[in-house]
Parts: sequence; structure tokens; C-alpha cells
Amino acid sequence: MAKSGADRGFQVARVPGFAITAIVVFVALYLPIFTLVAYSFNASTSLAVWGGFSLDWYARAWDNDQVKDATLRSLIIASFAAVISTTVATMAALGTTRRRDFKGQTFIYVMINQPLMVPEIVTAVALMIVFGLVKVWLTSIGMGGLTTGLGYLILAHAAFCIPFAYLPIRARLEGMDLTLETAAADLYATPWQTFRRVTLPLLAPGIIAGAMLAFVISLDDVVITEFVKSGGQDTLPTYMLGQMRRQLTPEINAVSTMLLGLTVVLLTAFFLLTRKKT
Amino acid sequence: MTNPVTISARGVVKAFGQGPGAVRALDDVSLDIRKGEFFTLLGPSGCGKTTLLRLIAGFEMPSGGTILLDGADITDLPPNKRPVNTVFQSYALFPHLTVAENVAFGLQMLGKPAGEVRATTERMLALVKLEALASRKTAQLSGGQQQRVALARALAPQPKVLLLDEPLSALDLKLRKEMQVELKRLQHETGITFVFVTHDQEEALTMSDRIAVMNAGKIQQVGTAKEVYTQPKNRFVASFIGETNFLTGTARAGALELPTGDTIPVEGLKPVDGGKPVTVTVRPEQVRIGKPGVEGAKAKVAALVYFGTDTHCHLHLRDGTEVVVRLQSPASGDSGLAEGDEVSLGFAPGAAQVVED
Repeated sequence: MAKSGADRGFQVARVPGFAITAIVVFVALYLPIFTLVAYSFNASTSLAVWGGFSLDWYARAWDNDQVKDATLRSLIIASFAAVISTTVATMAALGTTRRRDFKGQTFIYVMINQPLMVPEIVTAVALMIVFGLVKVWLTSIGMGGLTTGLGYLILAHAAFCIPFAYLPIRARLEGMDLTLETAAADLYATPWQTFRRVTLPLLAPGIIAGAMLAFVISLDDVVITEFVKSGGQDTLPTYMLGQMRRQLTPEINAVSTMLLGLTVVLLTAFFLLTRKKT
Repeated sequence: MTNPVTISARGVVKAFGQGPGAVRALDDVSLDIRKGEFFTLLGPSGCGKTTLLRLIAGFEMPSGGTILLDGADITDLPPNKRPVNTVFQSYALFPHLTVAENVAFGLQMLGKPAGEVRATTERMLALVKLEALASRKTAQLSGGQQQRVALARALAPQPKVLLLDEPLSALDLKLRKEMQVELKRLQHETGITFVFVTHDQEEALTMSDRIAVMNAGKIQQVGTAKEVYTQPKNRFVASFIGETNFLTGTARAGALELPTGDTIPVEGLKPVDGGKPVTVTVRPEQVRIGKPGVEGAKAKVAALVYFGTDTHCHLHLRDGTEVVVRLQSPASGDSGLAEGDEVSLGFAPGAAQVVED
């Protein structure tokens, strides 16, 4: 028996123009990225004119000390920020889920997720002002040596990475059977042993996922880094931004493509870790 | 049974919430569980049986009263300091550990030497017949196998008392029957005191040395299966365990006088002061049907329901009160009764029990 479309209920895929809309959206999302990747193999110095296939720009990027320096700095900051934010996020997640609902719970969630809601530029300016004050104070007490260094960037990155680490960890905790911890206590485990032998191993995929997300978010940050960094503290994204202002060569494409590659690898790992087991 | 007392609850109260809205899950519960006993806490859901089990395990703290283990007060001890282990309703097996690692967990936490942990784990896996699955992850096991792992894990540290929280409720009927036998065997072989929580009265009757029937946060009666079945103390116990009939009337010397004026002989019944009505309970299989005119209450057969081994005969007294009689079906299957027959109703000697309301 043939059924009319109305009988099957509303289906987005059957709305006229669905296919064309989908194609436009996909093109808009991915065409720029494909172009970027393609032109990173461009032999010409122009960003717009194709001059044949070449790996030159990759070789140049590898030889560029500024790129290497900025990349190393980015990786150091992202590693520290990921570890610190994940530790804090794990504690926050344990504190907010391992108990009965309490008054002000929503308020706590909002507090933890603040960096997701406050415009980044506001946070950036605020951090710049606060760090400026701290630096003035440190100089005044004769500790001017502490006014530079990566510590400020690491602290700033760790702070805005917390919600990104918190969300997958909390999701994992909420799916966890609390009886398991009761069972561990019943089997003579102290609270610390229960955490170490039961909670933490079960939480590990969430923690690793949170750490990777935090790492990627830190790696990619421009706005806060631009405001907080001292001279000569370019990270890869701020270095690239600086380059754009001077001369534009496909070297930028090559660097971007490598950054893209790293991000894709990390995010793929993230999704593999967080997907539900069947 | 004269074994010494292992678990003793004294005036235990557990209230959830505070002020006038507080719910008393346990209301002044006192109970002695003897060493080596298969002791069952039986009652409908919400009666407080699981709460009592959790208090013994230490997962919750009582609002009042004390709990003693071998005479020592354990009321305030955390669960990891109590020599008591639990088989959880959901099994609560550690999904990141293998079967053997699950069983070894308690022994490791107790700091037993590695050699002893390995030997005991092997012995426990043999006890529940799971040696072949030792290195599997628990998620790969069937429900019945998970149940066995949970048992082995809880028995491995050789607790003084094993607490079982409705452990069979998730299994299908056939597996449940097998596990009932299995549990009895394990208890027999280990000699450990079992405290078993269930809402299934048949399970309680077949497995327990003694049963505490609970309702509304209070213990209604404690006794052997035969005691709670044949001598129920009150209406709740009589109706919760098995099927039964209640008849209310006036107690005369050696007989119950019904509101219809008929009397039924009840051995040993004595008149009550002031002639207050009494309630008598009698099991369907203990009701006797006689020819009209025989001593007893006049009744009419209202319905006959054939069950194979039994035939249920629904009798109506003259005031319409229904009494169900369970008759063993004869070889021919014909009970010799027909709907509309006039009969006389009596009780088997010693079968009628006066119960409190």
C-alpha cells in the first residue's frame, strides 16, 4: 500500500530545497578549508594564483625558527593549561555530581562555565588589566623578575579551558553507577582507595577527553593570548596573525594545514573516547 | 537453634527528611540474627527491609538506636571497617576489572599477601563454578554469571555476615530457582551468616531458617517459615504470606460464633472479655467441607475453579462472606461438588489462628 507523505510525519529531509541547502552549507563550511590545504602545496608565492605542486612552503615553515619557536611555546602552554584545567575540572565535576542536588547548583554550573558565556574579548581585557596590576605590584616589592614568563599565559589559558574539560568529565560521571563506589567501600576500600581504584579508572576516558579538548582550545586561542602575552611570547596563532599583517605567503597555509592536522587527530581521538559503547 | 547472636539491632530508627515531613523508614526495630543463620527480611517494597540492610552494611547511619556485631557496637563504623559484605541488587560489579580482579578486590583492600589473594580468588571462583571465566570482563557475562561473580566477590573476604539485597530479582524464573538452591549450598559450605532481603514470600519460605516479616518500618513477626505461615501474629503477616481467609465473629468456649449465628468449632478458643469480636485466619487448604447438617457454618458453593492438582472452591456464608477452600483434586478430577450445593464449613484441627488486626 502506498502511503502519502503526511502519514509518516514531518521529515526535514523531505522539505523542498533541503538538498540544495545542505550542499550550500557543506560548501560554505569546507570549501575554505580545502582551498587552504590545496594552496599550501602551491609552488607560486601568491595566495591566489596556482603555480604547480610543491612542498616548498612546508620545508620553509620547518626551517623558520620563528615558527618553530612559536609552535614550541604553543605546545608548552597548551600542555600546562590542559593539565591544570583538567585537574580543576575533575574536582569541580566530582564536587557537583557526587551529592544530592543542592541549592545554588545552577549558579555553580554557571560559575564554572563562565568562560563559555562571557565574550572572550572582555575576559582578555580584564586579564590584561589584572595581570598589569599584579606586575606593577611585583615590581614594587622588588620581584620584577616575575613580571615576564609564560606563567601568565598558562594561567589565563588554564582558566578559560576549565569548562571545556569540565563538560565531558561531568557527562561521564553522571553516567556512572554510584553503587560501584558503595561496593568498593563495602569491600574495605578507604575513600581514597575507592577514588583511586574505582572512580578514577572509570572516569579516565572522560578526563582524557576533557584534557584533549582543553589542549585544542588552548592551542587555537588568539584573543586572550594577544592581550596577555609579553613581547616575544608569540604562540603559533598570534605569530600567524602577525605574519598576515606583513607579507602573505603560502607558508601560512602550510603552517595552518599542520595545525589543522594536529587538531583533527586530537578531535578524532576525543570522539572515539567519548562515544557510547554499544 | 541456639547459636550465639551475630547481628543485633536495638531500637533502630531511621528517618528520612526532617521535621513534620520526615518519613520513618524504620521505626524502633529490634532484632537478633544468630550465627550461621539464613535470615530473611521479608516485606512489601517500602517496608524498610533494604534500609535495615543498608544500616547493617554501614551505607547509611541510623537516626537512633544501636547495631551490634558479635556484641561490639558498630553503629558509627564506616562500611570499609565492617566485616560485612553485600551482594547488591544490581550486582555493582566493577566494569573495568576482570572477573578474577573483581573477586580479589576485597582481599587486596584488606592488604592480604598476593599469594593468599590468588589462592582465595581461585577457591571462590571454583565455589561459584566460574574458573573458566576468570579473565573475562564482567560486561561479557550473562545475568546469572554476574550474580555468581557478585557472590564470589562478597564471600571472598570471608565476612562475618553476608548481606543480600534482593539478589535474585533480576533473574528469570528458571535461573532464580537454580540460584535459590545455589545460595543454600553456598551458605551451607561457607557457614557464613546470610541476611537476605526479598519481597517474594515463596523465596523466603523455601530458603530461610528464620524470617522477619516487615511492614511500614516495623517488624511484624519473627519466626521460622512454618511459624510465620501456620501461626501468623497479625492480619498483615497472615495475608502477606500465602493465601488465607479471615472470619470475624464472637469467641465462645471452643467455637467461633459468626454474625450469621452459625458456630464453627475452634479448638482452644476462649471467650474474650466484653465479647469483643475476634478475627480468625485459616488457610484455604485447612478448611473442611462437610455434608449439610454436620457441625459448622452453613454455606453454599458459589464457584469451583479447577487448577489441576487443586480445585479452588469458593463458598458463600449466609451473609455473603466468601471463604476459599483448596481441595486436592481426586484422580478423576471431579471434586464431587457442584455450584449451588449446600454444605457445612469447618476448620482442620489447630488450623484456625486468632490474629491481631
